[in-house]
Amino acid sequence: MTNTIIHIVLALAMPPLLLGVIGKTKATFAGRVGAPFLQPYYDIIRLLQKGSVFSTTTTWVFRAGPLVTLATTAVAALLIPCGAHQAPLSFQGDMILYAYLFALGRFFTMAAALDTGSSFEGMGSAREATYSCLAEPTLFFALITLSRLSGSYSLSPMLINISFGVWLNSGAALLMLVGGMFIVLLAENCRIPFDDPTTHLELTMIHEVMVLDHSGPALGIIHYAAALKLYVLGAFFVHLALPYASGNWLLDWGLFIVSMLELAVVIGIVESVMARLRLIRIPQLLVAATILAAFSTLLVIR
Amino acid sequence: MFSVLQGVCDPAVVALVAALVIGCAGIPGLFLRSPGPGQMFATCTTILASLAGLPAALILLFSPVTTTFILDWGLPFGPCELAIDPLSAFFLLPIFIVAAAGSLFALGYWPAKEHRATERGLTFFYGILAASMAILVTARNGAFFLMVWEIMALSAYFLLVTEHEREDVRRAGTVYLIATHTGSAALYVLFSLLAAQSGSFLLPAAGSLSALPPLAMMIAMATFIGFGAKAGIMPLHIWLPSAHANAPSHVSAMMSGVMLKMGLYGIFRTLTFFHDPPLIWGMVLTVAGISSALLGIAFAVAQRDMKRLLACSSIENIGIITTGLGVAMLGISSHNAPLAYLGMAGSLLHILNHSFFKPLLFLGSGAIIHAAGTREMNLMGGLAKGMPRSALLFLIGSVAICGIPPLNGFVSEFLLYFGFFSQIQASSLVYLVLLAPLLALVGGLAVVAFTKLYSSVFLGTPRSPGAAHPHEAGFAMLCPMGLFTLLCLLVGLLPQQALRLVAPALQSFMPQVAAVVNPAEYAFVLGRISLMVLTLVLIVVAVTLLWWWRVGRSRVTSAPTWGCGYQRGTARMQYVGTSFSELAVSVFNGIIRQRVKRPVLSGLFPGSSHCADKPSETLLERIIAPLFSLAGVSFAFLRRLQHGQMHVYMIYIFATLFILMLWAH
Repeated sequence: MTNTIIHIVLALAMPPLLLGVIGKTKATFAGRVGAPFLQPYYDIIRLLQKGSVFSTTTTWVFRAGPLVTLATTAVAALLIPCGAHQAPLSFQGDMILYAYLFALGRFFTMAAALDTGSSFEGMGSAREATYSCLAEPTLFFALITLSRLSGSYSLSPMLINISFGVWLNSGAALLMLVGGMFIVLLAENCRIPFDDPTTHLELTMIHEVMVLDHSGPALGIIHYAAALKLYVLGAFFVHLALPYASGNWLLDWGLFIVSMLELAVVIGIVESVMARLRLIRIPQLLVAATILAAFSTLLVIR
Repeated sequence: MFSVLQGVCDPAVVALVAALVIGCAGIPGLFLRSPGPGQMFATCTTILASLAGLPAALILLFSPVTTTFILDWGLPFGPCELAIDPLSAFFLLPIFIVAAAGSLFALGYWPAKEHRATERGLTFFYGILAASMAILVTARNGAFFLMVWEIMALSAYFLLVTEHEREDVRRAGTVYLIATHTGSAALYVLFSLLAAQSGSFLLPAAGSLSALPPLAMMIAMATFIGFGAKAGIMPLHIWLPSAHANAPSHVSAMMSGVMLKMGLYGIFRTLTFFHDPPLIWGMVLTVAGISSALLGIAFAVAQRDMKRLLACSSIENIGIITTGLGVAMLGISSHNAPLAYLGMAGSLLHILNHSFFKPLLFLGSGAIIHAAGTREMNLMGGLAKGMPRSALLFLIGSVAICGIPPLNGFVSEFLLYFGFFSQIQASSLVYLVLLAPLLALVGGLAVVAFTKLYSSVFLGTPRSPGAAHPHEAGFAMLCPMGLFTLLCLLVGLLPQQALRLVAPALQSFMPQVAAVVNPAEYAFVLGRISLMVLTLVLIVVAVTLLWWWRVGRSRVTSAPTWGCGYQRGTARMQYVGTSFSELAVSVFNGIIRQRVKRPVLSGLFPGSSHCADKPSETLLERIIAPLFSLAGVSFAFLRRLQHGQMHVYMIYIFATLFILMLWAH
């Protein structure tokens, strides 16, 4: 019970902090002081208090977009285990639901973007549609590998199963999986080198350009949902890359928070040292990620 | 007296009588002078008959005994047997539902007063098509089956060429006719071989044949070609996109929602005859299924005609169903009960689901055609403002067909995924799990195709004057769409109940598997899915309430869409469907081809020019059309036999009969 409460509280409160840590890391690399760690919280609260502007072109689909995205990501957050702790909800086959929940959110985000009738947002959603379609098989290859390694069909046991012992036995497979999943993590969350959340050139953006017309509370919800998505996919990733477990439940929560922050720092470093890819290169990198994950699958099921 | 009453109330009799009544529903209209009453009569009769037939089919589905009728028809093909077992009853469900819904839709979509010339034939053949399919699933005599099959194929042809004054409709009709008769030819082979093996034209009992003799392999091939052509499994799908696009929308709903399933029914039924299917059958079905799914949805992404997109997505869905069937056959061949159970349950449930969301979308496309006057997605836009109810129903259908929770498409795909994953610890069939990423890719492409469809039709601003003033569809059109939406929601929210619906059909298809597997285990998992889906809906509601509370207190202003500083944006500058899918098409270049005619620009200030694009059907244009023209040239001498003189044709028939009699003696 306590674990469930901590899980939900963390999922509600922690996501914007990750963005703050990424921002601070990038600022440090650039030699600036940077915004405070809590800046994303301030931004979201400020947006929630503002008025809204709705385009006259839009229908209710435009308003539903952010809400459905937030709800699907929240349900996905209930399925993902945090560190060594079970997820509050776990059943056979929940990994398929986990993968498909994001599709529902994506459907509505893209529809909301196209509802404005702006060609910029059309570009964004066309890119999102294609790239996420290429990222989908990678996630499933990862699920196959994990399912084979753990012998279970549920996210919690299959992710908690990964430990340094498993790394010793099937390190090659896991290494490739980590590579593939890191690429997907960056692509799905629209980080550099796929997309630059801070850019102001609409022609080259993916996620940010889809939400150009959202304002006020709706934009706040979108920012929060994006942070939550980073948290949910990040929690999946830290299980693979940083499988800390101590056995003490309180310490495990601490270790989970530390590993998530480490992930945020790593993302910040990647964003500081890399440039954005040209749009033509993105599909190639995503296919490379799929092939990496497929290799890891072949290694474990041979 | 009592026994007569009991005879009348026998669900099997009710179902058959309902089928016959639907078949005759269009006849009075043929003789009525004034337009309207005939169509109204046909609709009322069809709905009433379906209301009687549907519960009867449900009772038959859950009844353990098979009711059999024997017609003494005096033809030399043995007794004509009609039987309704749970598998037949399962296929009767969509027939009755879609027939009634489509018939009601026709009142608004193809009203007799506006279509005096075509309405009578349309109503008549619509009833014949529905009735022939209902009788088809009960037929147990090969010769009778073929007769009903021909009635079904021909009535579908006459429905398809309703607008025969248009050239593309006639062309689609001809391609359909050739394809369906190529399939029928394989079926003649199939039933002759079956008769040769079992000694009579009666279809063999379940599990009575062995797959070992080489004849069985030929039977399997004929089944795959004959029924596969009707179902639209790749590479036998060439007739499907143009046929479904050019038929009136409620006919497309019937053809796509139900008639394709008749091909699948044929495959299911033939497979029941064998007690030891070899591994290769399952493999062929699985590979054909997953490639149909992948290629079908890839074609759908590239389409610009709304109904062609829906038709291509039918190929995808048939592919998913066939994959499930193939996996189930692999399970049976390798004596792996859970695999067989999951594959079959997913496959059967997807049949049911597809006959809910596909008619919904085709009927929706009918409403859109009424409102915008075109099928071209690039010319539409902003229809959601004028037709909000249709827009909502169409949105639910689009989400359902992508296989996304919380709707029904997810449930059947979930069962299939679960089946793929169930072999992960095994040693022999572990490679089945590689189907999961492929199915995920299919799902991803489906999202591309259907966001393209939905947003270019309903969202944004109108891209042509024709789409600028849409009107909401009438009650007769909205009501059937609402019914299908409700069914999609029901299966999506209560999947464990839907599993109970497919259980009897599964039991009759493979009793040996159903005896071993404990369905409660899977019902429990689906119960969890239902719980999660309800949680999702609750969270959406909660977030919406919170948002209303927040926005309700804040200032809301309306303004034009942000044009990134550009002030003179027009509707024609929007992303259209083609531009939306262009990136995806370019990534999958090779599978999908898009022929683009680019403008030639010259000089410093080039004048106005235009650009055209057309998705091409590689298989039809590169391989099959050249093959047919080659056949046309090489068999040109046979044309001399065909000159349109009736008496000479009769001499042909007489001569053929005489020669056959001589040969027989």
